[in-house]
Order: sequence, then C-alpha cells, then structure tokens
Amino acid sequence: MRIVIGEGSCGIAAGAQKVYDALAPLLENTGARLGITGCIGMCFLEPIVDIYEKGLLLKRLVRVTPDDAAAIADAVKSDDLSPLDRLAITDEDKSFLDRQTRIALRHCGVIDPEDLNAYLDVDGYKALDKVLHTMSQDDVIAEIKTSGLAGRGGAGFPTWFKWNAAKNAAGDEKYLICNADEGDPGAFMDRAVIESDPHLLIEGMLIAAYAIGAKEAFVYVRAEYPLAIVRLQKAIADATAKGYLGDNILGTDFCCRLRIKAGAGAFVCGEETALIESLEGSRGMPRLKPPFPAEKGYENKPSNINNVETFANVSWIILNGGEAFAAMGTETSKGTKVFALTGKIKRGGLVEIPMGLTLRDVIFNIGGGIRENKRFKAVQLGGPSGGCIPEALLDTVIDYKALSATGAIMGSGGMVVMDETTCMVNMARFFLDFTTKESCGKCVHCRIGTKRMYEILTRITEGEGRPGDIELLEELCDAIRSGALCGLGQTAPNPVLTTIKYFRDEYEAHINEKRCPAGECAALRTYTINKDACRGCTLCAKKCPVGAITGAVKEPHAIDADKCIKCGQCKTVCRFGAVEVR
Amino acid sequence: MCDCAKSDLTLLDGILAEYASVRGSLITILQKAQDVYGYLPTDVLYRVAQATGNTPAKVMGVATFYTQFRLTPVGKHLIMLCKGTACHVNGADAVEKAICEELKIKDGETSEDGLFSLKTVACLGCCSLSPVMMIDEDTYGSLTPTKAVEIIRNIRKEAAV
Ligand SMILES: Cc1cc2nc3c(=O)[nH]c(=O)nc-3n(C[C@H](O)[C@H](O)[C@H](O)COP(=O)(O)O)c2cc1C
Ligand code: FES
Repeated sequence: MRIVIGEGSCGIAAGAQKVYDALAPLLENTGARLGITGCIGMCFLEPIVDIYEKGLLLKRLVRVTPDDAAAIADAVKSDDLSPLDRLAITDEDKSFLDRQTRIALRHCGVIDPEDLNAYLDVDGYKALDKVLHTMSQDDVIAEIKTSGLAGRGGAGFPTWFKWNAAKNAAGDEKYLICNADEGDPGAFMDRAVIESDPHLLIEGMLIAAYAIGAKEAFVYVRAEYPLAIVRLQKAIADATAKGYLGDNILGTDFCCRLRIKAGAGAFVCGEETALIESLEGSRGMPRLKPPFPAEKGYENKPSNINNVETFANVSWIILNGGEAFAAMGTETSKGTKVFALTGKIKRGGLVEIPMGLTLRDVIFNIGGGIRENKRFKAVQLGGPSGGCIPEALLDTVIDYKALSATGAIMGSGGMVVMDETTCMVNMARFFLDFTTKESCGKCVHCRIGTKRMYEILTRITEGEGRPGDIELLEELCDAIRSGALCGLGQTAPNPVLTTIKYFRDEYEAHINEKRCPAGECAALRTYTINKDACRGCTLCAKKCPVGAITGAVKEPHAIDADKCIKCGQCKTVCRFGAVEVR
Repeated sequence: MCDCAKSDLTLLDGILAEYASVRGSLITILQKAQDVYGYLPTDVLYRVAQATGNTPAKVMGVATFYTQFRLTPVGKHLIMLCKGTACHVNGADAVEKAICEELKIKDGETSEDGLFSLKTVACLGCCSLSPVMMIDEDTYGSLTPTKAVEIIRNIRKEAAV
C-alpha cells in the first residue's frame, strides 16, 4: 500500500506535515510506503491522506489530524480500511473533483512533485522528445495555433502569435521567460502548478524555448512562494542531471538553461515589461509598448513571456494534438481554465473546467454555493484589474469575450465569492487601496488618479460621501483608463466601474442615507441592544471603552448612540446575541 | 556618507564574489544581504553600490521599490498578515486590529520587547484557508481575532522559557 499526503503550501498550513510526522514512525516495517504529493485542489478538506494499492485510489481521507495517525496505521496493518470510513471523503465533496476537466492540473495531487521518475511515469518529457525529434519550430507553432491556446496570465493573447513573433525577430540571442509572479491577491493557480508539478512547467517552457529559438530561460517567481522555489530548484537540478535540461537535450543540438529569479514583492512586476526591468535588476517600472518584448525584451533582445498555466497546457497539446484541445471550449476561447475559488464559498480550492461553463456552474455546482446558506452577492474576477459580477449575470459563460462584456475580465483565475455581508463600496476601496500602494509612480494618471479615487471611496465608506461623488469617480475612471501608461493603471478603474454599474444603490445608500446596506462599514453602523434578549449581565457595559452602555444588573441595558464609537466589543462579548448591528 | 557605518561588511564578501559581476543581479544581492543582516543597513547599500558599479541612488531606488526589502531591523519574529482579497472578504481587518491591540503596534512596526514585527501583505497563496498569516516560516489559516492572539501569546510564552 502507498499512503500519500497532500503537501502543497495550503495543505502544510492546514497541518499536513504534522500528520506526516505522526504517521511516519507508525508505518515503519509495515510494508506500506509513505509519500507526498502536491496540491489536490480541495483546500477545504485539507489535510488529505490518500491510500493507494497498485496505483488505485482505495480511500481518500479528509481533514485528518495527527490524532488519526494511529487509526490509519492500524487499518493499513490489518488490511481492513473500514474503520477509516469516518474520515473518508463524502460523495458530495468528491463531486468537486469529478465535475472538473483537468489538463494543466492533471498531475496535481497525483504525483510526487519532488520525484522526476513519478513525472516520467505519467508520460513526462514525452512531448519534449516528440518535439525535438520529429517537429520543426514551425510545426510546434502550428500545433499551438490549431489548439487556440491563449495566454492564461490575464489578457488572453494568442500564444502562437507571440511565439511566432519571437521566432521571427532578428537576432540569435533570444530569451524565454515564465511569469510566475501571480500578483493577483486571491489567486494561487500558478503556485499550485509549480509546487505540485514543476516538471510540467519545465517541459512546457523547453518546448516554447525550442519553438522560438531561445537558449536561456527564466522563471520569475514571487517572493511569497518559498516552497514553489524549492521544488522548482530541485526539479531543475534533477532534469539537468538526467539530460532533459542543459546542453544537448535528449541527444539533440538543442541547448537550454533555466534559471529562477525570485521577485521581491511588487505587483506591477507581473506586467511583462516591468518584469523584464526587474529581471535586469532595476526598479520594476513598465516600459512603453511598442516595442514589444518579442522585439526588444530582456537585455533588449527578443523575448517571449508566458504565464505558468499557459506553459502547463503545452505538453498535453503536443501529445494529444491541437484539435483535441480546441474541441473544448467556446467559439472564441479554447481549452480549459483553472480558477482559484475562494471567499464565502462552501468548497474552496482549485477548479479547472472547460471554457464555456457558466459562473453559476463553477460557484454553485462545483463550489457548493455560499457558506452558512447566506445569499450570493457578487463574484470578483481578475483581481485589481477585474470587476465584480452580480447575481443577475451568473449565467454568463466563462469565455474571454463574454466576461469582458460584463466589465470584468477573465483575469488569471482568481475568483472571490462574496455574500450579502460584503460591502461593495468597501470592496472597491479595498482594490484602490491596493493599486495606490502598488502603482510604480511613473505616470501621473495612475499615481495621483488612483489616490484621489481611493480618498473619495474612503470618505464614502466613512459616511462623508457627497452628492456628485459617483459622477466624480466615473470621470476619474475615464481619465485614468485612457491616460495611464501600463495595464495596472489602465485597468485600475475596473473594480470601481463594475461596482458602480451593478451596485449603484449601495453607493447611494452610503452617500444619501449614510447607511451601509451590508453592515460592513463601521462608521455607518448603529449598535442597539435587543431588550428581550438582554439578561442584564453587565459584561458589555464593563467592556465598553467609552462607557456608552448603561443599565442596572439583571435589567436590559442600552447604548448611547452619541457616545458609541462602533468598536463592536459589546457584540463580541455578549453571550446572548442581544447586541444588534444595522 | 551615513552616520551608522557599523555593519560587519566582510559578511558581504562571499555574496559579492559570486554575484557582483553577474549582470542584473542587484536584486539577488540585496535579497542575500538581507538574509545575512536581517535588514539592509545603509552602509551595506553603499558597499553593494561600490562593488556592483551602480550609483548609491540606483541601489537605494531598488531597495525602496520592492516591499520585501527593509531598511530598519525587524523583531525576532516577523508576522506577515495577509490582506489579499480572499482574506479581506473573510475578515482580515478584524484580525489585524486584534494583533495590533495585542502587540500595541501598527503595520510595519516592532513590538517594544523586540519579539514581533507586523507586516501586512497581499496574498500568501493560501486563500482557501483565509484569513491567513505567516509567522517566520509557519503559515496559520482560518484565523479569528481570538485565534491569532492565542498563537502570538503561545510564541511569546515559548520565548519566555
Ligand atoms: C499590472 C499587471 C499585473 C500582471 N500580473 C501578472 C501576473 O501576476 N502573472 C501573469 O502571468 N501575468 C500578469 N500580467 C500579464 C502580463 O503582462 C503578460 O500579459 C502575461 O504574463 C503574458 O503571458 P500569457 O500570454 O501566457 O498570458 C499582468 C499585467 C498587468 C498589467
Ligand atoms: S488572499 Fe490571503 S492568502 Fe490569498
């Protein structure tokens, strides 16, 4: 038997390593092998322990704790797994995976990411072998063109076109770059791929390097992903040792070196020209385009940049043919897309689905809907460059064009679900806070414009909104969108524009009635005590930092609204749920 | 120059020998230097500038551009509290408030006993466990204000014994 524990960053954060450490000594001399795998994608069930026999998954145990280790070891020793049924995944939860179509994630949570042989066992490096021995550069590009693969980093630009431009660019010295900066907060698809299947990324990159004629490649990984860096380093070393990377790869003339560059924490470095500046060791300030990186990129040499997930699809396309890939999806968007489903969702994790499903399919069918059976309010796609899509548009299909038509974007795959308790004005403020901090400062529209928008949004959430603020925001959005230098500024208005478009009533309630319908904006809340529920225990009165609560022992208490600073401590301490917030 | 030229600059020798002549390595050098010193003292920045043939202004420019670099020392434990989208939606603000009250510091500051520094970041990539924080190498998920304070108190207790 083989016991496998899911050890991606989130599994480890949920306690997977502790489970491993508890199991390891107990399984010694039992004949069972203990191993690890990457991210299974069912983050809501971590830590997950899989029991395999002859490559077959016998049982998947979920939310395992170190205390369960003894029971697991006993069951394995006695060859009777039935006592573990209490830990087994339910059919309902299983459907989270069964309803997906996995290409980029096909080995995630299946193979050991630290073992090259495990990758070879699942046809690893076969696509590279095929490319190097039977395909020309143009053949590869043609196959990618047939597949319809588009960039998964956000903009959705056709991958073959970029490769072709880089291949045709003048000069011998060319560079291939993988964008693993994954700056969109709420997104972790790229991290999962690198942590769970690093060789898949390497193989995809090598095929691309061959197609464009690059001998040097970089992976630019964000600093917050230490585990991804460690696993990728090991994969590079192993692949180099076995001749899949380096000089004369697989006995051919093709040589390619791959290096990791760790980012240093700047969202704008996800933008391709800023990323190149950062690779060169400078401040990550975007350059004006054109010239595009395909002509003048790293060190002013022709360069091609793709996202991690884009590369993760390449070997599958080579092995199965571009047509098989293009058979999935819609007229304008082919293949699958990975989303990181998070927020107020019941079943959060990694979801890979064919393009063309609806948002409702993903959020309700796969994700199981909203936690605590609250009401769905909006879903945020595309992070700081994207927008919030309301309930009325849940049947929008997942496709670059259809999503853009809503005012949001496909983005890199962050999908944050919000319920009725999330204030949409505050959400817009949250994103503008982010963009003002991350604006590199090079152009005035972005540097100052986002700041002004942030100030206006802040005053609205603090109850100081003025008539005309919405129109002022719209005017600023317009100016920033057309005046900013790079994608960061040009798309920064999106969170504001979509929330105004779909949740204008919330803005108006804040401005005109000084009311936050979601009850999230502290300054607009009012706290009262429900006389029938209050037992007069005096706890809240003792806790109140400003002495706003009065009342006799065993008598209902009351809050003086003029004194109340809305800190919420009374609500936290009340054991009878008597403090009400509006 | 600066008035604080006290760092042991020989600690940089190995790093500079390996990277100073490699094109585009400034960020890597600063990252390694920060690993050594815990932060980037001004005299270290000058030394890096001199060894790499950059102006001090360029080195300072890079060091202040990226959020990873610190120009002041940090406490024994670095708390990185995520305020990314998923964590925001799931209540990171309340967790931040509780941590700040417990340690009597604001974002970017160090507690009086020098044990903890707090830094808010945008997304640690563990969004499904949001709200999330990282203390040194360990990640803690599904935080509540109470849980976060408990974790900090436990570390403090361990430090006391
Ligand atoms: C502000 C900004 C941030 C970006 N962040 C990322 C990122 O984190 N990861 C990514 O792959 N692309 C990001 N992009 C898109 C890249 O500029 C580029 O289009 C992409 O890496 C190209 O790869 P693809 O064609 O495979 O999508 C960002 C763009 C902008 C404007
Ligand atoms: S948003 Fe906090 S970990 Fe991603």
